[in-house]
Amino acid sequence: MKIFKYLFKENPVFVLVLGLCSTLAVTTTFEKSYMMGLVVMIILILSNLIVSLIRKYVNNEIRIPVYIIIISTLVTIIEIFLSRYSKPLYDSFGIYLPLVVVNCIILGRALSYASKHKVINSLKDALKCGIGYLVAISIIGLLREVLGNGTLTLMNDISSLTGYKEVIRIFNGNIFPNKLFLTSGGAFILLGIIIGFINSIKKGKEV
Amino acid sequence: MSSIFITALIAENVILNKFLGICSFLGTSNKEKNALSMGICTSFVVLSSTLLTYLINKYILIPTDSTYLQTITFILVIASFVQVNELIMKRYFKDIYKSLGIYLPLITTNCAVFGIILTNIKMNYNLLESMINSLGSTLGFVLVLYIFSLLREKLETNNIIKSFKGIPIALITAGIMALIFARI
Repeated sequence: MKIFKYLFKENPVFVLVLGLCSTLAVTTTFEKSYMMGLVVMIILILSNLIVSLIRKYVNNEIRIPVYIIIISTLVTIIEIFLSRYSKPLYDSFGIYLPLVVVNCIILGRALSYASKHKVINSLKDALKCGIGYLVAISIIGLLREVLGNGTLTLMNDISSLTGYKEVIRIFNGNIFPNKLFLTSGGAFILLGIIIGFINSIKKGKEV
Repeated sequence: MSSIFITALIAENVILNKFLGICSFLGTSNKEKNALSMGICTSFVVLSSTLLTYLINKYILIPTDSTYLQTITFILVIASFVQVNELIMKRYFKDIYKSLGIYLPLITTNCAVFGIILTNIKMNYNLLESMINSLGSTLGFVLVLYIFSLLREKLETNNIIKSFKGIPIALITAGIMALIFARI
């Protein structure tokens, strides 16, 4: 039950509505979605760790520039790693990989939590938020790809790294997928419906 | 030239097509007046950063073969121009500065600013094309922000299912707007 509370009552995407740029932009396939979730989670954990370690040495006036430099260094490391070992994924992320720097969740957690708490607590907080983000972006990616394209890409772009490739066809010609869900408009509408649905479940429980 | 401008303004609108700057789209678009002055500040930051990042990229990063430093350099350039913008506003436009308050430093973390600059670099635009793309994109940003602030008032007074009030209905409205913009 506690897990459900973390995942749906305090979810950074569905409840706090943060970090929507990447959530909506890269979710055209399931693989891209969970890989973006993992990237954000790793950066969130590392940035919370570093920010919490140096919290006593950073002056209040300059903390935003300092945190932005820390986060963009981490993003650059991931960028170099992906462009070296998994070029197809790096290309399909496009501008949205460097844009992780300005993801509100990461800077938000650094400012509001990691800069005031101990290392262990900051790591726990990062893990909690990171998993929440990963689950949210995976759900959106799953729905958009299955409804919009009729396929489910488990692993395709990163197959050179893992040596495993799997794209499942969900509808075998009897039901036609609706391309609307792959367009940007469909992404907005789908996310709106999901958030409304979660709200209605929460309201039902309170009564 | 004009095709870059129109594409950036409507078909590939930053908010509705590239999903950039949604935070400010959902958060600050309640008042029409704030939407406009916020738009002007954002355009100032975008246009001046476009110029500087283009020069830095062409004359420093590419010749020294250090393009992997793009992310860090660009975000620093944007952050400095946000500071410059804040100083100018504080000095010459006190009233607007007071009403925008804490939202001004947040332009640094506005995905739209960084996204537009990254697009210019990724598409290999030259200086003139970059400036036109930046201008079209920011105008598109302000346009959507303004239209949406007008719609938002209507959404708040209308009778909507309780669980869809607020952000869900705002997102669905944005989705319909995106479909219309993609077809214009």
